[in-house]
Amino acid sequence: MNAHASLIFKLVALAALACVPLSGESFYVELISKMLVMAIFAMSLDLLVGFTGLVSFGHAAYFGIAAYAAALLSPKYDAGNLWLLLPGAVGLSALAAFVIGLFVLRTKGIYFIMVTLAFAQMAYFVFHDTPVGGGSDGIYLNVKPSAAIGGWEPFDLGNGTHQYYFILALMVLVYLFLARVLQSPFGRVLVGIKSNEHRMQSMGYLTYRYKLGAFTLAGALGGVAGFLYAVLFGFVTPELLSWHESGNVLLMVILGGMGNLVGAVVGAFAFEGMRGVFESWTEHWQLLMGGVIVALVLFLPGGLSSLPARIRRALQGGEAK
Amino acid sequence: MSAGNTNEVLLEAKKLTRRFGGLVANQDISVTVARGMIHVLLGPNGAGKSTCINMLSGDLPPSEGAITFMGRDITGLSAAQRSRVGIGRSYQRTNIFPQFTVLENVRLAAQSRNQQPWRIFSKAMGQKWALDKARACIDEAGLGRRVDWVSGVLSHGEQRQLEIAMVLATDAQVLLLDEPLAGMGSDESAKMVELLKKLRATRGILLVEHDMDAVFAVADVITVMVNGQMLESGPPEQIRASVAVQQAYLGTEESFHV
Repeated sequence: MNAHASLIFKLVALAALACVPLSGESFYVELISKMLVMAIFAMSLDLLVGFTGLVSFGHAAYFGIAAYAAALLSPKYDAGNLWLLLPGAVGLSALAAFVIGLFVLRTKGIYFIMVTLAFAQMAYFVFHDTPVGGGSDGIYLNVKPSAAIGGWEPFDLGNGTHQYYFILALMVLVYLFLARVLQSPFGRVLVGIKSNEHRMQSMGYLTYRYKLGAFTLAGALGGVAGFLYAVLFGFVTPELLSWHESGNVLLMVILGGMGNLVGAVVGAFAFEGMRGVFESWTEHWQLLMGGVIVALVLFLPGGLSSLPARIRRALQGGEAK
Repeated sequence: MSAGNTNEVLLEAKKLTRRFGGLVANQDISVTVARGMIHVLLGPNGAGKSTCINMLSGDLPPSEGAITFMGRDITGLSAAQRSRVGIGRSYQRTNIFPQFTVLENVRLAAQSRNQQPWRIFSKAMGQKWALDKARACIDEAGLGRRVDWVSGVLSHGEQRQLEIAMVLATDAQVLLLDEPLAGMGSDESAKMVELLKKLRATRGILLVEHDMDAVFAVADVITVMVNGQMLESGPPEQIRASVAVQQAYLGTEESFHV
């Protein structure tokens, strides 16, 4: 019953998302494109925070590195090849996550949070204070990558609808990929590490290696999101790597409910949706957002994804009495 | 799995010393664990038993001394590496994955013997060998009727049995068990003693235990520790007859009971 309901929810949500471009409203198509990108970003962080128990406060670094790679590796006045740029950008994010992971995973708890933040700030200042990526002004991705394979072009990222479906397809792929990984022996070990790392070690697991694998994978998937962000907006600034972004994606995960992939997606949509609404009301939107998040953490500690179970329990409780 | 020779020495610790700053928690402790034997570490609180078992399991590096396993020097190995060579341990405070089912707790232990971390697309629940192994170990530890229970809701005694099942699933040749009977009722205690006797047949066991009746019921060798030092080591009859032990430990214990 529960699994059925969850599957139905996912299929209905997917169908609804697939219908968005039919509205013809390019504003909404772009807004939801951004939400989908952030959903990928949030799922990649949830692998660390919700499933492995690693609270990274520097996840924007891998998002930003791939975004910059998309802009810097593209020819200046010509379209780059999507099928080379995407793996290249994601590979660079994965590499950065692997190297940084080698260091940060030697720490635990509050130190881990601080050290991931410190590395992300270093990456931020590399782009902010050096001319590599246009300094604090950022850099334009002038021409969107081309999806052409030989002479055949399956879709055109310059077309908002095509771009939307490409991003949606990648979001679904990342979801299916992570869902599968979490079912694997590797994924079970990650969840075991979150539950009781000491016990995993005493059963013979070299947990450092597993955590490094998870950190690298999360960095790579965060890179997928960053790459798509650069393609979507055609513009990259150092702010993409700032600790504000690391904090925002962490809030998306918490909002949706940690350790739940659908929750991460819902959290990303809710966060970006609220941001849009509050921004249209006042420039002090962060004040409102802060209030909502405090209220949610207080009254719904399991996040939005725990809402259905809560409602069901409330209904059953009502019937029993 | 061959049973091997009985009384074959598996684990040997020579002159282990552990200092915490100026405090000497263990001084010159030498113990052996042989297949087919149960070796019990006995001593009052603060005698250094847990420090000793932590050094044997790799949770704590010794300040001095050497540890060998089946002739191989393992002094420098971490806890995870020692688990891989065949030393399993359970903890004084129950140390399980409380959100997981009994089966998943033990399946994870079984999976540790053939980890294949790169197979990220295969299903963990599709690894029949690990599931079969887990079920067999759960049965062996006497938890067969709790396979699908969430382990956090088990009774204390059942959680101790689960710990044993997890250690068994790692194919451990040496079991280091820190107070497996602590907090158990007499019924559960008796079952655990039977289990320990059964396990002894094919493995070597080192036990830290307070329950005197149980200790004398299962021990082949007893080492008595006081203030971080070895007071006496030998078969139960020798320990029972020892004047030094009676003065240091059993005497006070009995005066409590009388």
